[in-house]
Amino acid sequence: MKVITRLWRSSLGRKFLMALTGIALWGFVVGHLIGNLQVFLGADKLNAYAAFLKSQPGLLWGARLGLLAMVGLHVASAISLSAQNKAARPVDYGNGLPPHASSYASRTMLMSGLIVASFILYHLLHYTLLVPAVNLSGADFAGYYQKLTDGSERHDVYRMLVIGFRHPVVAGFYLLSIALLCLHLSHGLSAMFQSLGVTRFTRLGRDRFAKIVGILIFVGYASIPAAVVLGLIGKEVVK
Amino acid sequence: MKVRIKVWRQKNADSQGAFETYETPTLNANMSFLEMLDVVNEDLSMKGQEPIAFDHDCREGICGTCSLVINGKPHGPHRKVATCQTYMRSFQDGETIVVEPFRAKPFPLIKDLVVNRKSFDQIIQAGGFISVRTGSAPDANSVPVPKINSDLAMDAAQCIGCGACVAACKNASAMLFVSAKVSHLGLLPQGQPERERRVLAMVGTMDELGFGSCTVTGSCEAVCPKDISLDFIARMNRDYGYALIKGEPHRNSAED
Repeated sequence: MKVITRLWRSSLGRKFLMALTGIALWGFVVGHLIGNLQVFLGADKLNAYAAFLKSQPGLLWGARLGLLAMVGLHVASAISLSAQNKAARPVDYGNGLPPHASSYASRTMLMSGLIVASFILYHLLHYTLLVPAVNLSGADFAGYYQKLTDGSERHDVYRMLVIGFRHPVVAGFYLLSIALLCLHLSHGLSAMFQSLGVTRFTRLGRDRFAKIVGILIFVGYASIPAAVVLGLIGKEVVK
Repeated sequence: MKVRIKVWRQKNADSQGAFETYETPTLNANMSFLEMLDVVNEDLSMKGQEPIAFDHDCREGICGTCSLVINGKPHGPHRKVATCQTYMRSFQDGETIVVEPFRAKPFPLIKDLVVNRKSFDQIIQAGGFISVRTGSAPDANSVPVPKINSDLAMDAAQCIGCGACVAACKNASAMLFVSAKVSHLGLLPQGQPERERRVLAMVGTMDELGFGSCTVTGSCEAVCPKDISLDFIARMNRDYGYALIKGEPHRNSAED
């Protein structure tokens, strides 16, 4: 127990927590992307994948609670460190210039993170809790079912996704949030090596890795609402 | 040449400060920034005004006493030099130069551009001693040191403790300073016995004094007059994590 209190009391300890929970959350972001890209394989594949996840309540809830704990720790350490950082400079400079040589992404980690966190709340209401009021299209996603040849039914996630992203405001908000998430990752993925003291890779290499992965994740996630808005997928649902 | 300087003036820690703008007398472009301030102060004294208080000592870039945030960057426009080795030829004739003190809660302002950096001394004190044999000088090369370690230790030992890293950091973090001090002993055999105790104590003191944390923006490294690398911070994080997990050594029965 003593280690945990010492970890939390120390600013370095909280940075370790930020980095470790950050890696776990990044792992989820990648896994979630790979799962969702199955939308390009058609309704059957995506709905089967969704049904498979729902058929494993133990794993599903384990992952959900684990992620919730990770987000909680990540945000709590961010807010605590940020308050310490603000307090460390009570009188600011009057030159009006941004801190020398710092990147935009590194200066805006707290804001990009908090906006992404609020997006996650929306995203959960939208596609997990299926609250009709937030999807702006007036549809009831919970009532979408796909009939299988053997007569059984399963939740039509594909149809829900297409209808959900057809609203330009919703698609726009998703694109913006994904862009902010990738801005956050473009600094965070590099900084976590530094926080954990991993100097196996050069700093230039770490920065490049973070930027390239950030861009790949953006392209991957953005391709889904973009494909729906451009009419590349889901035509059969809309007709 | 002549320039206009917009300087932070503040009578003491308790009074309200403000920027004042002064036109300098004619300057030689090869004057250092501190010599320019000397000339301005002479002019102010002649006019019966209070001269601008600023820190300076060796004026050859090795003592770490000079400070100043010049146009938003600690130690002025160049890389790897301190304010004392910044020359007026680096500025435009007629330019307005904004001059501010280092800003951080653990660096309380004393007067004008002078701040109290004793918190750095407190961090060094927390680092404590190293265990070495005193008395007669040891034989040369009796303690083997790998070349790469001695190079890195000397790079870290370059730190002059000026505080520019804290001044530049958006979080007023002292991580670059502390990591340089932790690393230069931690890399050498003489620093090993107290290595873990030292990193825990120095980081703990740094937190207690109210410095911010590192968000890896890289500002500190970019303004460091001695070019201390951000890699030392990663090195210290690793040392700290190891020491934290390992904890205090357990007493064994032989000591009882």
